[in-house]
Amino acid sequence: METIAPATLKGGEFLIRPSDNIFTPEDFDEEQRMIYDMAHQFIEKEIWPLLDRIDQQEPGLMQSLLDKAGELGLLGAALPETYGGMGKDFITATLINEAVGAGHSFAVAMAAHTGIGTLPILYFGTPEQKQKYLPGLATGAIKGAYALTEPGAGSDALSGKTTARRSADGSQFILNGQKIWITNSGFADIFTVFAKVEGATDKHQGFSAFIVERNTPGLSFGEEEHKMGIKGSSTRQLFFQDCAIPADHLLGEIGKGHVIAFNILNIGRQKLCAAAVGAAKRAIELSVQYANNREQFRKPIASFGAIQYKLAEQAVRLFACESALYRTTQLIDALEKESLAQGIPHEKALLQAAEEYAVECAILKVCGSEMLDYVVDEAVQIHGGNGFSEEYPVSRAYRDSRINRIFEGTNEINRLLILDMLIKRAMQGRLPLLQAAKAAQDELLAPPAALTNIINANSTDFQTLHSQIAQWKKLALLIAGAAVQKFMQQLEDEQEILMALSDIIMDIYLAESSVLRAEKISRQQPDSLYPLLAQVFVADATYRIQQQANEALMAFAEGDELRILQSAIRRFCKVLPFNTKQARRRITAALREANTYCF
Amino acid sequence: MKILVCISKTADTTAKIAFTPDQKSFLETGVQFIINPYDEWYALVRAVELKEQYPDTVLHLITVGGADAEPILRKALAIGGDAAFRVDLQPISIEQVALSIAAHVKQEGYDLIFTGKETIDYNGSGVGGYLAGLLDWPFVSLATRFDYNGQTATVEREIEGGREICEASLPLVVSCQKGMAEQRIPNMRGIMAARTKPLQVLAAPPEAQQPAISIDHFALPPKKSGVHLIEPGNEEELVRLLHEEAKVI
Repeated sequence: METIAPATLKGGEFLIRPSDNIFTPEDFDEEQRMIYDMAHQFIEKEIWPLLDRIDQQEPGLMQSLLDKAGELGLLGAALPETYGGMGKDFITATLINEAVGAGHSFAVAMAAHTGIGTLPILYFGTPEQKQKYLPGLATGAIKGAYALTEPGAGSDALSGKTTARRSADGSQFILNGQKIWITNSGFADIFTVFAKVEGATDKHQGFSAFIVERNTPGLSFGEEEHKMGIKGSSTRQLFFQDCAIPADHLLGEIGKGHVIAFNILNIGRQKLCAAAVGAAKRAIELSVQYANNREQFRKPIASFGAIQYKLAEQAVRLFACESALYRTTQLIDALEKESLAQGIPHEKALLQAAEEYAVECAILKVCGSEMLDYVVDEAVQIHGGNGFSEEYPVSRAYRDSRINRIFEGTNEINRLLILDMLIKRAMQGRLPLLQAAKAAQDELLAPPAALTNIINANSTDFQTLHSQIAQWKKLALLIAGAAVQKFMQQLEDEQEILMALSDIIMDIYLAESSVLRAEKISRQQPDSLYPLLAQVFVADATYRIQQQANEALMAFAEGDELRILQSAIRRFCKVLPFNTKQARRRITAALREANTYCF
Repeated sequence: MKILVCISKTADTTAKIAFTPDQKSFLETGVQFIINPYDEWYALVRAVELKEQYPDTVLHLITVGGADAEPILRKALAIGGDAAFRVDLQPISIEQVALSIAAHVKQEGYDLIFTGKETIDYNGSGVGGYLAGLLDWPFVSLATRFDYNGQTATVEREIEGGREICEASLPLVVSCQKGMAEQRIPNMRGIMAARTKPLQVLAAPPEAQQPAISIDHFALPPKKSGVHLIEPGNEEELVRLLHEEAKVI
């Protein structure tokens, strides 16, 4: 196993600097693999046979399954040993999230419990609050939930109307208001609830977090929501009517609720991607097996090019997403360990590390959820009529996938955030994006280097792939730079342009991760098919980037500027000759042979 | 009480079976390996249960194989056991395995040895009996239940058309199958503890090093031909097919 250098690229820096070595799933150590296998075995043996009963919300079932996960140590894996956890690192915790991600509604319940249900207390709780709740959360004896969203405050999360009034003697907060879409609300024992403290004068109007126990008088619950998917996940409204909680249930500081809400989300986004990777592996496995078994015209449907295209494309997209996921995960993990070594407490170290890579976390959230939606959609299509029937497992996968593009910040909010954070970091001088954009501009005015002369259509030339991706980065910087210059502060009103730019940036990150991983594997296994997975992704991304770049450009540029930037698209986003049909057939042949996802 | 559980590394049940170009050995490229299910689910878990019942029990695991068998041993240690041994030998026959284990047993001394009823790769199922023979211990095969009262063991086993219940004194070799115990998923603590449990590599005893048999070649069973469905009442066609194609009448 190669040792990975500590975090060399800062958050967002991938856009201006090449990376020569990334962490990949091939680097997991023996214990990490064993823990993944154990979590996967748990899902296979304890969850899959019960999916129908889980979706019917059989009383007590979800709690008992969470208890079983707790007995195995899965709920407390990432919690410090001082609070009854296992003290495992971020990479191991991510592997668990991936394995459990194939668990449909159970995955959502467990992710909500271990993530937003537990982390606010871990990261922002007082020593007394941690001592009181974390050991129970680690075993599942206490089940956690998180109540931020309100009927009128979704993406605009800080606009909630729930209030907290201090009692006359100061010993209590009295909550009034309503929360909606609260995962695990049917059985959770404690809730992290966001409310505005009346009379506060800070700029967030006293927006704060509180720990509310289930049996508190004045807290009542709505009926279970009827949802499109994740039907087994308990989702209710919470009503607070003069709900009095002790003053020491305030979590963090008054007026700092947004710090909790937003910081927890960075990690939540990375976790969501891990779950999507796990769910996608299962959906591909089902797709390959069905396509191998199902015969039409006296042949397995997997022998037809139309189906082979789908199977290969599922694998190509999953591979890229998985590569980006573990690349980011190790960067966060390394930075966390670096902070710990400098004496920064555990509670702060991971939060700070996730904040550094917040751009990458947002990319993972969007790409993970959209990759999974593609994979399950094609899984249903490969199953034909049977895919539309509840007799086959892919219809559940299809329904359950859809929520991922909505929760943990909609994909639209996350796309906006990607650009917003990058531009802010450039303005603060944290990232030299402006200088890089200027360099790209200068290059555009000089004669082009002969990139296409070194392309070889039949073998993987990683140097060419890296050059292609480096060119895309220049293109992204040029267009983003031009848009910033044109609109200045008003750019935030040009959401269509921001969406297109973030799509380009996401394709860059995933393509680069895929190529770097394939290159690393190729050094050990020169004849593997991994380079083909990366090459097909790059070929696909070329067309997507061309389209998004044109779309963004036409929206604001005209005259000479338009002509120059169009020439930049032609120069920096060339379609290089590569036979994707042949590559996809070879990828599918490997999938068929293995009868499952095998990369 | 001191128990030894024999662990085999075996190909996953979904593995594609292929052979090296000389047809003399199984092609391991790309194959997932697991603990032989009979060793894991029944022998090991029942031994772990006995240790839970009699806490002063010492539980050892042993395998005969190369370094590539160590992840399997670690996984077994995550389920339970105090220490593991790997006899460094790539055996091709039952007697090599039995001789290797017997040498260790004679040196270490055990009261009870559990094996799986068979290993699902070559379906040998001979190690338990062979081992008992070498040690001159009693052997109960195909056990579905095992109880120990501190003095004697009561073992239930499957026989043709029914069950047989026997009593035995220790030391004893038992081969285990379905019914002995329920599969256990190792927990996090077990996995973390497995890393620090001793895993000792033993040299193979001289008598085990040369196999008494040699493998000529392996071959896959012939592919099944397609099924012909014949309409009811079309006996002529049936007879024709049986005569001309199947050539059985």
